[in-house]
Amino acid sequence: MKIAITSTGEGIQSKVDRSFGRAKWFVTFDTETKTVEAHSNDQNIHASHGAGIQAAQNVAHLGVEALLTGNVGPNAFRTLQAASIEIFLLDATVETVEDALARWEAGDLPGIGAPTREGHWV
Amino acid sequence: MKIAIASGKGGTGKTTIATNLALSRAEAGERITLADCDVEEPNCHIFLKPHIVSSEPVTVQKPEVIEDRCTGCGICGDVCEYNAIAVIKKKVLIFPELCHSCGACSLLCPENAIIETPRNVGIIEKGSTAKLSFVQGLLNIGELMSPTVIHTVRKAAGNNGHVIVDAPPGTSCPVIEAVKESDFVVLVTEPTPFGLYDLTLAVGMVRELGLPFAVAINRSDLGMSELTRYCDSEGIDIILEIPDDRRIAEAYSRGEMIIHALPEYRPLFDSCWTEVMRRHRLPLSKQKEEVL
Repeated sequence: MKIAITSTGEGIQSKVDRSFGRAKWFVTFDTETKTVEAHSNDQNIHASHGAGIQAAQNVAHLGVEALLTGNVGPNAFRTLQAASIEIFLLDATVETVEDALARWEAGDLPGIGAPTREGHWV
Repeated sequence: MKIAIASGKGGTGKTTIATNLALSRAEAGERITLADCDVEEPNCHIFLKPHIVSSEPVTVQKPEVIEDRCTGCGICGDVCEYNAIAVIKKKVLIFPELCHSCGACSLLCPENAIIETPRNVGIIEKGSTAKLSFVQGLLNIGELMSPTVIHTVRKAAGNNGHVIVDAPPGTSCPVIEAVKESDFVVLVTEPTPFGLYDLTLAVGMVRELGLPFAVAINRSDLGMSELTRYCDSEGIDIILEIPDDRRIAEAYSRGEMIIHALPEYRPLFDSCWTEVMRRHRLPLSKQKEEVL
């Protein structure tokens, strides 16, 4: 299965990005092929509205089934739910994308059933 | 004639000037409509105390999907510029607060599966005082679409005598919607660094819109010569100067009209009007010439 992690950079050593809608990169990891890919979220970083919705759509189109991130707003949450993407929360102790993956594999990251934040603009 | 009272900085005195200008003209026998377009927080009614005779909802169109006809093709999501539609797993998700009611989704759906239905975003109220006509808009709390309500207020004010528009502060979409189609804009400022900086932004806006304008300085004797130097160097006329009189603030804080509480200020508003009348007939090129 494919997992996406919100990241500040392109590689697995990059520090995670705690934001979802306006994260810099989505780093995807395929658990079967073990391939790592980086997808830019440039389109949404400066969007004043609808960043979460667009980011969720983009992630869904990548065939992602699980998302590891720091925060999810209400619009992004609704869209991710519709796409049946499971969301796992990165706490303050998770530093890099590699950490995030390891913690997820160990079953250490809590899932979320509701948005973590109110919506916000830019 | 339609005059808009705008500013860059908030709290400079737009409502004070709009209401006192409107009422002094009305009391002089002119037909006046005051249109309060500061729809997030309309305050003119506090001073003019109009009798409201009608209250109607302002609506915008939002899309609705007819599920039986939808094939999940995703075209509606693709054409939406505002991310108000997401199509996930052949299901259409609509985010009404982001919708700008452009109608593209409904128009371009190949299955005719999208209809538009109205959604309340605010109210418009009409009324009058003994002397003037009055219209105000109020945006519902939590809504983003102030331009729609502002547009409705402007249209309702129509051409009913001279229309004086109290615009919201700032220089973005809501303000532009309020000052559009005006014959003249009075930019209100104060002689402080914030007043000056925000005025330069407001000047940029009215020039971009090609509207004739002049400046009104509130609390004018606070003493900041940079403001008058700026107006001078830009060829911008100052047509009203209200001194920093504490009694004005006291009257304002009691919800009183300046021209009633302190009648000695009435001539200032009369001459401001005369200056506007003189200037709005100038061809636009004269205003632009000053820039070059």
